[in-house]
Amino acid sequence: VALRGCGGAWRQGWQQSAGRARPGPSPGPGPGPGVSPRGQRTAACSARGGAVPAGKSGLAPWVPVVGLEIHAQISSNSKLFSGSQVQFAAPPNSLVSFFDASLPGTLPVLNRRCVEAAVMTGLALNCSINKKSLFDRKHYFYADLPAGYQITQQRVPIAVNGSLSYSLYKDNKMSQMVTKTVRIKQIQLEQDSGKSLHDDTRSQTLVDLNRAGVGLMEVVMEHDMCCGEEAAAAARELQLILQTLGSSQAVMAEGQLRVDANVSVHHPGEPYGVRTEVKNINSIRFLAKAVDYEIQRQIEELEDGGTILNETRAFDSKLGCTVPMRDKEGKQDYRFMPEPNLPPLILYDAKSLPANMNHQQVINIDWIHERLPDLPSVKREKLVEQYGILPEHSFTLLNEEGLAEFFENVVKQTRMKPKKVIGWVLQDLLSYLKQRSLTVKESPVSYFLLADLLNLLEKEEISSTAAKHVLAELWKGEGKTPLEIVKEQKLQLLEDQKELEQICQAVIDRHENE
Amino acid sequence: QKVSREVLEHLEHLALVDFRDAEGVQRLQKAIQFAEQLQEVNTDGVEPMDSVLEDRCLYLREDDVTEGNCTKELLENAREKVEEYFVAPPGNIPLPKLGERDTFLQGS
Repeated sequence: VALRGCGGAWRQGWQQSAGRARPGPSPGPGPGPGVSPRGQRTAACSARGGAVPAGKSGLAPWVPVVGLEIHAQISSNSKLFSGSQVQFAAPPNSLVSFFDASLPGTLPVLNRRCVEAAVMTGLALNCSINKKSLFDRKHYFYADLPAGYQITQQRVPIAVNGSLSYSLYKDNKMSQMVTKTVRIKQIQLEQDSGKSLHDDTRSQTLVDLNRAGVGLMEVVMEHDMCCGEEAAAAARELQLILQTLGSSQAVMAEGQLRVDANVSVHHPGEPYGVRTEVKNINSIRFLAKAVDYEIQRQIEELEDGGTILNETRAFDSKLGCTVPMRDKEGKQDYRFMPEPNLPPLILYDAKSLPANMNHQQVINIDWIHERLPDLPSVKREKLVEQYGILPEHSFTLLNEEGLAEFFENVVKQTRMKPKKVIGWVLQDLLSYLKQRSLTVKESPVSYFLLADLLNLLEKEEISSTAAKHVLAELWKGEGKTPLEIVKEQKLQLLEDQKELEQICQAVIDRHENE
Repeated sequence: QKVSREVLEHLEHLALVDFRDAEGVQRLQKAIQFAEQLQEVNTDGVEPMDSVLEDRCLYLREDDVTEGNCTKELLENAREKVEEYFVAPPGNIPLPKLGERDTFLQGS
């Protein structure tokens, strides 16, 4: 996106803001105001792997700093503090209890499953689980927050100090991967708010509280990332982990995973610049775009002698840029206070397990730890070890839903070496699927059809070229087996010496005549 | 020590409260004075107590659907509704600045 072209659009963009602003970003531990001295012209930071190139004319380059705040909706039957159902797309206000609507006299009751989900996630992200965590109220006024406050964990969250490793392609070559780590500051349990539908024509907002009170895990990733690609890779890995654990289905399109990016730039050796918060990012792809746009915008602004405001901006996916979310409230003061209706949340482990307590009232961290499934990183290693494929291959296998399973099923059904099978699965099958926007589940070529085909190839009954031809036929989904197609189109490799000689002679003869 | 007009205005914005008259502001002052007595106690090295509940057991509920499906009842109290949605003003309407509204604080 040409920045200049978008620049005009975003200067006007605040009038057509992507949504109403919720109260602004919390005044966090302040980064200093970083205004670049006038007249510095520099190249943008490399978007690859954090290397900061020297700017033009040898002047100081920029170091972008990116952190993420990710809200993952907990996969549970009922809400965090009430017994109403959690479901996407239901008639408005049908999944709302009196507590969710904040009617007087109602009290929060903590859902065990939500706590377990947060513990699992904390363990998977190498966090320390706080055996005692606290609930707080965060106050602000908004129509979809009926109580006027959100119950969250501001002082002592359930998990802290973890890490997440993620991989990305080095220098945009799809051949080499590099692994990075981002620190997880904390994971906290909190309530989701309801949904506002803005009706600008009638100057009103329609409120649906179905989502109000649904359990969320807020995962805070420290500002260890430097560009859109890293942010996207980290968020994607978190998404895969959550889906593997089952603690969240993490489907961004359904709002089960919401990512906000905190972006700032500074010169090496100088204090951090003022950061902005970017919201309204609806996919992993847009996350990369939004972050990269914001980095560029800040660099240009500072190079032009301007300043960066500590504000919240919305990503406009159509224009490919960020626009200020202007709400005239100014800096928010959330007036945090302990939630008076909830005692501290106490978790146990094997050592501290109380003897005479009701099982149902006890959450044992060690018990949960023992039952964690293999995380994506472990699965990838196992695939590499077991099948002799490259890390890049296993990365792709896990990146597509159902592909790893498909690959393993083909391997089981064929004598062909996994190292050869992987080529067929990743290049031939996957590219077909991508071209037609199909998922693995929707593939007209099932694993046993492909295995059949590869067996023919392995037994040298057909050539590699013929095999590709058969695959193209199989793709039509006409229900024929590979063998049937081979016979129909006479693709078998000929082994009869005499027959081969006759054909060759015929070809030579024809050419002599020409 | 009197509470400054800036603080009063800030509080009115934050809590959407209208102090209304001198008595209201006096009540606030008295409440602050009352709470300030806490400063006289040396609490170095003492963990703060959150609430009198803090030694109680936090009850954990099973993840079953037991509530909801009462749209009609919920909407009964709504002044305005549109097809089972609650109707609210468009976004937050900020409290007008001190000079623009009719409030006791103006005169003080």
